[in-house]
Amino acid sequence: MAVQAIPKSWYLPSKPHKFCPGCGHGIVLKALGEVIDELEIQDQVIFGCDIGCSLLSWNFFACDSTQTHHGRTTPVMVGIKRSRPELVCVGYMGDGGGYSIGSQHLLNSAVRNEKVTLILVNNTNYGMTGGQMAPTTLPGQKTETSPYGRDPELTGYPTMGPEFIAQLTPDSAYVARATVSKYKQLKKYIKSALRNQMEGNGFSFVEVLSTCPTNWRTNAQQTWNFLEDEMEKYFPVGELKTPFGKGDK
Amino acid sequence: MALVRIALAGEGGQGVQSIAEILAEAAYNENQQALYIPNFGLEQRGGVSIAFLQFSDKRIGAPKFQKADIVIALSERAVARTISYSGAETLYVYDSSFKVEAEELPQQAKQIIALPAIDTANNELHPRVFNIIIMGAVIGLSNVVSFEAAKAALEHKLGYKFEKDPKLRELNFKALEIGREMAEKSLKEGVAINA
Amino acid sequence: MERVIGESKKSFMTGNEAAAWACLAAGADIMFGYPITPQNEIMHYWTRMAPKYGKGFLQTEDELSAGFTVCGGVQSGKKAFTATAGPGNVLMQEPFGMAEAMRLPLLAIIQQRGGPSSGTVVYSQQEVSLTTYGGNGEGHRIVYSTSTHQEIFDYIIKGFNTAWKFRFPVFILGDGYQAKMREPLEMYDPESRGIKMEEAYPLIGLGGKIGQDRGPSHLCNIYSLEEELYEVITKVQAEYDALAPQITEYDEKFCEDADIILVTHGVVSRAADDAVKALRAQGIKAGYFRPITLRPFPQQELRAAIAKSGAKKLLIAESAIGQLERLVKQEIYGETVKIETLFMPGVGIIESDLIDKVKSVL
Repeated sequence: MAVQAIPKSWYLPSKPHKFCPGCGHGIVLKALGEVIDELEIQDQVIFGCDIGCSLLSWNFFACDSTQTHHGRTTPVMVGIKRSRPELVCVGYMGDGGGYSIGSQHLLNSAVRNEKVTLILVNNTNYGMTGGQMAPTTLPGQKTETSPYGRDPELTGYPTMGPEFIAQLTPDSAYVARATVSKYKQLKKYIKSALRNQMEGNGFSFVEVLSTCPTNWRTNAQQTWNFLEDEMEKYFPVGELKTPFGKGDK
Repeated sequence: MALVRIALAGEGGQGVQSIAEILAEAAYNENQQALYIPNFGLEQRGGVSIAFLQFSDKRIGAPKFQKADIVIALSERAVARTISYSGAETLYVYDSSFKVEAEELPQQAKQIIALPAIDTANNELHPRVFNIIIMGAVIGLSNVVSFEAAKAALEHKLGYKFEKDPKLRELNFKALEIGREMAEKSLKEGVAINA
Repeated sequence: MERVIGESKKSFMTGNEAAAWACLAAGADIMFGYPITPQNEIMHYWTRMAPKYGKGFLQTEDELSAGFTVCGGVQSGKKAFTATAGPGNVLMQEPFGMAEAMRLPLLAIIQQRGGPSSGTVVYSQQEVSLTTYGGNGEGHRIVYSTSTHQEIFDYIIKGFNTAWKFRFPVFILGDGYQAKMREPLEMYDPESRGIKMEEAYPLIGLGGKIGQDRGPSHLCNIYSLEEELYEVITKVQAEYDALAPQITEYDEKFCEDADIILVTHGVVSRAADDAVKALRAQGIKAGYFRPITLRPFPQQELRAAIAKSGAKKLLIAESAIGQLERLVKQEIYGETVKIETLFMPGVGIIESDLIDKVKSVL
């Protein structure tokens, strides 16, 4: 990836950011910042962050932003969008917030085709609280609450978020899964998800496969291997639903 | 007018809540204070439907009450359900067609009245105006609203139906009149009891 | 603002209908709600009226969502409101906590039903503790307990103003009886009564160019350090205490020479009013005190009523087991007046209940 200038929409007093070394959040937020710049929507964006590691992004952008509660970013964004449709609402959350405690909000806002953009970072665990099992923890993966490895007989299989959201939404929705290992694609998906809201089409959702070396207890090589060899095999990357036509820029 | 408390109880579909609402609105239109509250929720579904009505010339206090001045039970089940609302000063009214034993009726009442409302509706008028006969009976027993105000309220509520079928208006007003006369007659003939 | 009612209008309707009209008259912009008895008709009437007046409505997936969408609506600068009851009120304590933390001037109408759990769908005064001090906070909120349809109408209009003027969440605490009964009230446009409606304003989505005209607005409800939170909460508490005298409301009658003062709130105070008059007619010196705001509580006023009457006893009566009593006790700590109680959880209290109780304790 080419080294680029810091996005204009970043809020400099909050930098350097507080994510752990090797964490994927910084990459996702860089892509989001560049897209906000390219679409020239810094003054229209409302950035809402969940609780969990995603919280550390609460003052990441020089955009109007709000903290919410764990799992409740989706309804706060929906409330803002329904009240002020001219704003561009971006909810930012982890896999625990989106797929577990806030799953009813995710599911129902998708069904209602709410005109908001949600970015969900999937790093297969609850990072902020110390590495517990998440809905996305892979079978056999060890976490603090699955110390012998996740046993699907006891705790089920990983939540396939974009797949179920694609089932719930009409054709005007945008649903994709990206990964921090493919930056250009990640950025393109986030851009499509924002454009889709701005054009008033419908619900826009991007899950991003991301890294958590702190809780995975992995070095740089192991981290990248887990992302590319384990996660990307289990969770297929790509656009599941797009009104723009696949391959469109 | 001093405070009058009325409990109307019947089966769902008998129109108990409709006539309660019409009576309350009629009283309100005559510049009286009126308060009407239905029982609602789980009990109402498949249970006995009760309307609690209060009329007064002064501001009305608590929305429900324990003893009514008039209780009208429109089904056999409603008799059992309303016994507790009957006290020493209560006019307790039920339909003369009900098969109820004396011990199933309230032990406390000022007067217990059996009205032939169901028979009259079925044989002389039309089953659907049974509740209007009862509305007339309430007026005959209590004078909580004037007969004219009751007619006006009926017109207000059912006017759109009366326009299509003027005979319906006649039928309803007749039922109201018969109900009132039936009640007034029974009051005169009735024997006060104090068990 | 559009006048939705025009000339003052005498009406005969349910409390839920009156609540929907009041929100419209107050200039509310959008309702978020989830069905629960006994508040449903507020949504029913609002959804019928809203499109005619360019107002918004969303039926959410649950009460958590209803509460948080209201928070979002308020943050964006709209007069957003919700209505709930019972278990819905329990779920909404989470978003209400966010409203306390971020000083979001939302308005919520609570029509109390029986509890705990699903309880009954009918009536109680058992949501006093929850509505005044629910959540993991300090009760930085304003709670009006209404007793008539006229008050439902008046205090919803006032409530939107209090919320947006002082930036605290406001609760209109009614109950299932008030929700479902029909009685007369007079509806009006606030302007026609000389009531100026506060303007809503955004906390985010402020317009202008960020970096040129202004900095970004970053709204916060979680802090890194204990000391940061301490500072914020202490400041909010000080503001709340300073504003309390402007917000507190109460009603008092016959307390000058009372031997016993009946303390009730909400719909029970209607029976207390009748009971006190009946007792006076029988030569018993009873007084009447009713907190209209349960938060902030009219503490000074109740202490003053006790002092000037020299009453030996208070009778606290409520359709709950001691929820009002606990509020009163904490507020008048140190008074030596003896406290008698009449607790009838989940059922109505009528005049004769109160008269009998007074006679039994005097």
